[in-house]
Amino acid sequence: MSEQIEQALERKYDAGFYSEIESETFEAGLDESIIRRISEMKGEPEWMLAWRLKAYETWLKMEEPEWAHVDYPKIDYQSISYYSAPKSMADKPQSLDEVDPELLRTYEKLGIPLHEQEMLAGVAVDAVFDSVSVVTTFRSKLEEAGVIFCPISEAVHKYPELVKKYIGSVVPRADNYFAALNSAVFTDGSFVYIPKGVRCPMELSTYFRINEMNTGQFERTLIVADEGSHVSYLEGCTAPQRDENQLHAAVVELVALDDATIKYSTVQNWYPGDENGVGGIYNFVTKRGICHTNAKISWTQVETGSAVTWKYPSCVLKGDNSVGEFYSVALTRGRQQADTGTKMIHLGKNTRSTIISKGISAGKSNNAYRGLVKMGPKADGARNFTECDSLLIGDTCGAHTFPYIESRNPTAIVEHEATTSKVSDEQLFLCQQRGLNPEKAVSMIVNGFCKEVFKELPMEFAVEAGKLLEISLEGSVG
Amino acid sequence: MLKINNLHARVEEKTILNGVNLEIKPGEVHAIMGPNGAGKSTLGYVLSGREGYEVLEGDVTFNNEALFDMEIEERASNGLFLAFQYPVEIPGVSNMEFMKESVNAVREQQGLEPLSAAEFLKSAKEACKQVQLPLDFLKRGVNEGFSGGEKKRNEIMQMILLKPSLCILDESDSGLDIDALQVVANGVNSQRDDKRSFIVITHYQRLLDFIKPDFVHILANGKIVKSGDASLALKVEKEGYAFLGKEFEGVEA
Repeated sequence: MSEQIEQALERKYDAGFYSEIESETFEAGLDESIIRRISEMKGEPEWMLAWRLKAYETWLKMEEPEWAHVDYPKIDYQSISYYSAPKSMADKPQSLDEVDPELLRTYEKLGIPLHEQEMLAGVAVDAVFDSVSVVTTFRSKLEEAGVIFCPISEAVHKYPELVKKYIGSVVPRADNYFAALNSAVFTDGSFVYIPKGVRCPMELSTYFRINEMNTGQFERTLIVADEGSHVSYLEGCTAPQRDENQLHAAVVELVALDDATIKYSTVQNWYPGDENGVGGIYNFVTKRGICHTNAKISWTQVETGSAVTWKYPSCVLKGDNSVGEFYSVALTRGRQQADTGTKMIHLGKNTRSTIISKGISAGKSNNAYRGLVKMGPKADGARNFTECDSLLIGDTCGAHTFPYIESRNPTAIVEHEATTSKVSDEQLFLCQQRGLNPEKAVSMIVNGFCKEVFKELPMEFAVEAGKLLEISLEGSVG
Repeated sequence: MLKINNLHARVEEKTILNGVNLEIKPGEVHAIMGPNGAGKSTLGYVLSGREGYEVLEGDVTFNNEALFDMEIEERASNGLFLAFQYPVEIPGVSNMEFMKESVNAVREQQGLEPLSAAEFLKSAKEACKQVQLPLDFLKRGVNEGFSGGEKKRNEIMQMILLKPSLCILDESDSGLDIDALQVVANGVNSQRDDKRSFIVITHYQRLLDFIKPDFVHILANGKIVKSGDASLALKVEKEGYAFLGKEFEGVEA
């Protein structure tokens, strides 16, 4: 069986192409002058530069974390270029017609047409290419509803008060090594503001693409949902196939004010490296949201790419009755390593959180769930439910679970369930006996295993996630 | 339809089948009985191609083609169906999804258009009724949390949907009470016609009261040691397997 499954799992990485685009790329290396230059390229105000420099100072004093269940050679931070942008973007194109057609073709090839008339109705896209945002669609339609959706570099100019107030408020500069690095050198990303009581009229999405060699991508996303508002945000990511590892260290901050709801979905498909573990993206990401009274944040992630993933989208449930959710599917194969999970920090009364994590490991990969559920002393009546399931395909992969529970309130209830299962010979045989080929069989079994998470994805993304697993598993799903 | 010629097979170094010969013509029902460990289930697995069941000698033709040259799923789409003795669960995959994929995979192999969701639903509902399973079984995960009897009925439902030409029922009666047994038997009988053939593997004559076989074969020590008509099953029921020889004395049916 294992041979058939191995074949079924052999994956093509469809997004592995490189676009010939003339770019302005900084020389490799990191020091204060690089940070000043990034800030200058973006024409930033003084306060932003000062904020970056403080972060850099902090980062210099920090050590790279080693506690994750992943293993990779030490990163030489001086061999990375911290800024790369298509030259054509220097003229700041005002409309799609002025954008380099090669850039638009890149996104088309990835299945994301940026012309509004060709797009999925109901999804606005911010396309980030290496260090800059290329275009943000449907802006005028969103503006009518009072929704701000723009590159964060633009928000720094246009909405400095909002940015100043919220940047670093959820993930402080000194939060961790990679967050500090990001704070110093972040280049672009999306900024979203939903005004009071507004239900965002369409799905918002950002599509991140790494293209240049030897560059890192350090994007920063900030979403603020004002009182009683509602937004659903999607993010996707891909990169060319090459033999060198590339670093992606992002920070995402979500602020859900009283009675607001933020739904944040990710389909992560960075280049995972080849079957021998050569190349691939190091995906070291800090994602966190804060929930005020009666607010709700829901993270859904489908992680199929990257050589190494280190990522824990978390919720700080500060307000009473606030709700945090984390739904995750992480698929590792080949030599991929993932250490992912969440933190649910219950501070307010009657706060509730749900964690559903599905890890699928195949090949020689390693897949770890790491999660913290913390019940603060004031979290009376707080509840958490965690379900953590691992599916093993073949017998050379690993699945690990590291749950941490800290409860300082006797009225809080924490539940944890965990299972580990294998795609068995018997299941495969049953499927084949009913006429299904092994690829389809494995794909169906894996999809069944992930069902609870997929149903949380917005419709457009559920289709994309299903397709991704198809590509990953080289089979089709109905 | 099916010709088994001098079939020898082993599982994990242990030879189980020792020269089985059997010919099945369209429309015939063959019952295979025999003591525990005789190789009855092994025969079903070897014919359907389960991994780990190694053919040592002999050959089998299915509709005049070499069966062992076909992949498991090819055998299925050519009309070979195995109703499992212990059907496995596939959590999260609904019965409906599973059967629709499966019916359409088989149809595709046969050069037929796939069934639309509505067409499939209609036939699935009918099949459900035939084996007296509530309709919500279509929505439940494949065999997930089904009782033993429900699993067996679910297998028959799949058989009805796939319309195979050769059905191998591996102890589809075991663990069933008399009512459930009748449901399973009715499901099978409804599918009998002059083209479709059945191999009914069973321990008990009881099932054969409901599914009337054309032939009964006794499998012992990996060989068919005796063949006859339905009366042979009654003889086994009455006398046990002692008539097969000394070594079977005291072995009950």
